[in-house]
Amino acid sequence: MQLELPATSLPSAGLQSLRFRVTAGRFAYGLLLILPSLVFLLPFTVWPAIKVVVSSLFLADIAHPQPSFIGLGNFAAEFGNEVFWQVMRNTVLFAGFTVPLSIGLALLLAVEVNKKLRLVGVFRTALFYPTILPTVGAAAIWLFVYAPGLGLADRFLGLFGSYDHNWLGDPALVLPALMVMMIWKQTGYFMVFYLAGLQGLPQEVFEAAALDGARGWRMLRSLTIPLLSGTTVFVSTIALIDSFQTVDQLFILTQGGPNNASNLLLFWLYQEGFRNFNFGRASAVTVIMMALLLAVSLVNYRQLDRAAHYES
Amino acid sequence: MARVVLDRVTKKFGEVAAVNDVSLTVFDREFLVLVGPSGCGKSTILRLVAGLEDVSSGEIRVGDGLVNDVAPKDRDIAMVFQNYALYPHMSVFDNLAFSLKLRRVPKQQIRQRVQQTAATLGLEGLLERKPKQLSGGQRQRVALGRAIVREPQVFLMDEPLSNLDAQLRVQTRAELIKLHRRLEATVIYVTHDQVEAMTMGSRIAVMRDGVLQQMDTPTGLYDRPANMFVAGFIGSPSMNFLSGRLERHNGSLQVTAGDLVLDLPPERAAGADSANTQEVVVGVRPEDVQPAASLVPNGHRPINASVDVVEHMGNEKFVYLSLANASLVARIDVSCPASAGENLPVVVDAGKIHLFHPATEEAIF
Repeated sequence: MQLELPATSLPSAGLQSLRFRVTAGRFAYGLLLILPSLVFLLPFTVWPAIKVVVSSLFLADIAHPQPSFIGLGNFAAEFGNEVFWQVMRNTVLFAGFTVPLSIGLALLLAVEVNKKLRLVGVFRTALFYPTILPTVGAAAIWLFVYAPGLGLADRFLGLFGSYDHNWLGDPALVLPALMVMMIWKQTGYFMVFYLAGLQGLPQEVFEAAALDGARGWRMLRSLTIPLLSGTTVFVSTIALIDSFQTVDQLFILTQGGPNNASNLLLFWLYQEGFRNFNFGRASAVTVIMMALLLAVSLVNYRQLDRAAHYES
Repeated sequence: MARVVLDRVTKKFGEVAAVNDVSLTVFDREFLVLVGPSGCGKSTILRLVAGLEDVSSGEIRVGDGLVNDVAPKDRDIAMVFQNYALYPHMSVFDNLAFSLKLRRVPKQQIRQRVQQTAATLGLEGLLERKPKQLSGGQRQRVALGRAIVREPQVFLMDEPLSNLDAQLRVQTRAELIKLHRRLEATVIYVTHDQVEAMTMGSRIAVMRDGVLQQMDTPTGLYDRPANMFVAGFIGSPSMNFLSGRLERHNGSLQVTAGDLVLDLPPERAAGADSANTQEVVVGVRPEDVQPAASLVPNGHRPINASVDVVEHMGNEKFVYLSLANASLVARIDVSCPASAGENLPVVVDAGKIHLFHPATEEAIF
């Protein structure tokens, strides 16, 4: 904004305040634009996040109704707790198996249901259907599937002469059993992303490859998978976060048992907070979980940037 | 190298016949151009030969073998796509090497053949780049290289130049012709651009609505178009069409179209008689309409026309003329004076007119 005033009559302080007013005006305008998001993000996301970091530094359990500052004491207590490490191990195992398996399966299924086959709509719907079930409801179904001796799992294995497994009661079987349910629940959801990704790929590239002699596994490995890498990064981020946040089925199926063999991070957090009533420790677990998820997302999104150049 | 034969080939998508009962033979080492407007079935023919689509009926032979049920990769055919279809995540080297790797060619030999192909096309410095880092012209050459490196029996090209700018297109056109001569390959080339067709093809097949209209050399098509569609499609500006009548006058056959009255040369009269029609469509190429001043052959009556628009092309000009109840385009020498609004008496060379049946649109020879 240029004002035509004699130089002498314009004190520098006046000019400064004019500049300030212009900048402040623009700032207010910008603030106004993000206000609707801020109204929800500040009280419901940012403030609780700050609050939880603060409370993780306080001793606050049922014996100390008046919280007292203990620095990193809650973290030290968790890191010194065998159960915490078992939960971490379970969570990493759970994510380490369910994420790649469900993604790989989703990709293969997407390639299949992307073909022009008869009844392809029925297959797509059937594969997507576990996604739309509420997890709690799905878990109740799987309670029957895993019923020792009677459930679908044992009936099926009975065909091969082996039955009567205590799927959810045997520490060696319970985590794999939960993984199978998780993969069943998730795969259809990821398949839809891959299906969308596949349909966005240029058809001619695949035709050129067919003329060059590629097909089947080779086509998948040399073209489909690399061209879908953008989708893969996105899906794997979601899958990782989901697997870290698995809790609903634990309520119904195992309560983290037997002897914490199926306990996962979010359920442990819940137990620390609302079973042991140790809010300081629960906050510390929350902070650890947030840090883990943030790190995972950052790494993944960096890869997403690198993968983006495939889409020419 | 090999010849390609289509024998009564039909391809239906649902009820629509994209290719309708087409029979044609592409000779060994021939450069055949398939030309026609969008949706005429020319690309579908290419895809049928490549094996990307299955025929509904008819036979396709490459070399001596029937390939109807042969997988695309086993037909020994390479295709260049309109938008190049390069593998976006692979370097230029890997794009070229992909088919050889799949055929388990030894590594040393792959390197050699890729480098040789790259040298042919001037891609040596670009082998490490990804397609995204290349210009349109460079991508086009990589697409070409990917086809050449395999040394296939037949090359299929689907409008490979249409994504290039005008200047590059003309340049690449000439390079493709040279390349064809060097490779001694059989090429089937699809385009909607009649200039490309005329300049590149040893023969041209003109398609319309899935039906083959005519197949001939460029001059054959230009001089003896089989029907009004071919006559109008080949040549720029398009042939002029005037509706006229055949009349016998003092023993000789005359064709009248408005002011235009022409004596048919005796060798045309027999054909015109056998067509058994009085109504005809008279086709006149723009270069066969000339200012009366520059050429007054005996027996030709100049007709009056007024100039609507003049398009200066540099070496010639196109003059859009209004007659009493028709319009004509003339292609005349730059030295002839003509400007909009003026009168310009013109003559039409009776020996060079084309006659068509108004109902069937077939040529009357």
